[in-house]
Amino acid sequence: MGTLRAYAALARAGFRRYSTYLQATVAGIVANTTFGFLRTYILLSVAGSAGRLAGYDEAQLLTFVWVGQGLIAVVNAWTIVDLADRVRTGDIVADLLRPVGPFAAHLCTDLGRAGFAMLTRFVVPISAGLLAFGLYLPRNPLSYVLFGVSVTIAVVISFCGRYLIALTAFWLLDTRGLNQVWVFFWGGGSGLYFPLPVLPDWLQLVLWIGTPFPSTLQAPLDIAVERGGPGHAGLVLLAQVAWLGVTLLACRHVQRRAWRKLVVQGG
Amino acid sequence: MGNFRPYRNLLLAQVRAQAQYRASFVIDLLGSAVFTTLDLGTVFILFSVHGSLGGFGGREVLLMAALTALAFPLADLAVGNVERLRLYVRTGLFDSLLIRPLPALAQLLAMDFAPRRIGRVAQGLAVYVVALAVAGIPWTPGRALLAVVAPLAGATLFASLFVAGATVAFWWIESGEFAASFTYGGRDFASYPLTMYRGAFRTLFAFGLGFAFVAYLPALALLGRTDPVGTPVWLHWCSPLAAMAAAFMAFLLWRTGIRHYRSTGS
Repeated sequence: MGTLRAYAALARAGFRRYSTYLQATVAGIVANTTFGFLRTYILLSVAGSAGRLAGYDEAQLLTFVWVGQGLIAVVNAWTIVDLADRVRTGDIVADLLRPVGPFAAHLCTDLGRAGFAMLTRFVVPISAGLLAFGLYLPRNPLSYVLFGVSVTIAVVISFCGRYLIALTAFWLLDTRGLNQVWVFFWGGGSGLYFPLPVLPDWLQLVLWIGTPFPSTLQAPLDIAVERGGPGHAGLVLLAQVAWLGVTLLACRHVQRRAWRKLVVQGG
Repeated sequence: MGNFRPYRNLLLAQVRAQAQYRASFVIDLLGSAVFTTLDLGTVFILFSVHGSLGGFGGREVLLMAALTALAFPLADLAVGNVERLRLYVRTGLFDSLLIRPLPALAQLLAMDFAPRRIGRVAQGLAVYVVALAVAGIPWTPGRALLAVVAPLAGATLFASLFVAGATVAFWWIESGEFAASFTYGGRDFASYPLTMYRGAFRTLFAFGLGFAFVAYLPALALLGRTDPVGTPVWLHWCSPLAAMAAAFMAFLLWRTGIRHYRSTGS
């Protein structure tokens, strides 16, 4: 019971921490909205007069772009978990003394952050897209529920990926390079730069099965535009759950190795 | 002006510092070299859907994308770290730049110089040379000159936006992503033909912020094509002028910002 309260407090703290930076939130919303316009025009132009691209019609493309822009900050794949800094400075030692482990603590804070992002950076750009272009809205009520589940899983997978990178600080000390590589593959493999269905089938399969990236963005977007119906939504969720398991286990395993690697220096 | 030694020392110290974590530095360098390919990769993937973008064929699109792919990393290498200004303003560290007998902007750029970004410039240059070779340009002395000047003008334009965007931090400290929508957003905008965009958004980004002058207009001049959007031919040659205007406005904004700066404190 006590641990649960601690988790909830950490999540609330994450929410409050980000709600303090209102200026940053507004700046982020401007950026997401600008990129929303940019990608809308690019994808609509590629779809051309036929109005179809890789199985999406125009309204679905619009939803894909704007819900995608709204989810960027929620999934937050770009931000380094500050664990990496704490490893470099040695502050991590203090974290290990706390009753809540670093993984749970950072995850709860991140979930709180995602909750705040959902209320601000998800809602505003999507409203802008809705007003400027009109979006495809899911017809099946179940899609809204599945979308919520899918986004939550996406947030945790993205967190686990970034946590793993932060853990490499135990070996590399400076994780920026690796983080850059992650951001690079995330941009192309998640559906952020272009909808994954424009790629050849084999490549899509490789991405979905071989990497966690589609599970962090393309998955909830597929559910939001109801691409391929409920059967496809089930498959998508299955892939997400599988990657959730894999990344959670990887975090546990690597973290254990990292703790063994830890040497506390000092007199 | 004459004395460059302090800048050189700041730069060298920065390079030495960043090469300390060697494994990470190498990954960083490779990571930043690969980055350009994904910008281009996205253009290529969208291009390959119908074999054209906005009514332009492969060689023309490649030329526009390549111009951007060279101009942007050049600007990023030279002034990209001006983004860190908000850190200096927030912590009050900016004071220490102001009390030294060197221009603040130059110090800021030298102190956070990121040598890893050279990887991207090299790659952009390679792509640009290939694009020039295959584009089927009807070469004249004027076009040869433009081929050299255009990436530099584009880089100046991006650099001006980097500086202008960072300067916003004097008033609006947490404005990082706001600036990014015009720097990185501008890069994405300039990579594609202008014909793909519509409405007020196109006018604002193409001419208000000047991104048409990075790649689209000079590419038309190099190719000797008329503009489906309807700009006059003389305008296609005006990138250097647009770049100078942008640099001047960024300079004015910077000066206003620095005069506005009141440091932190309780």
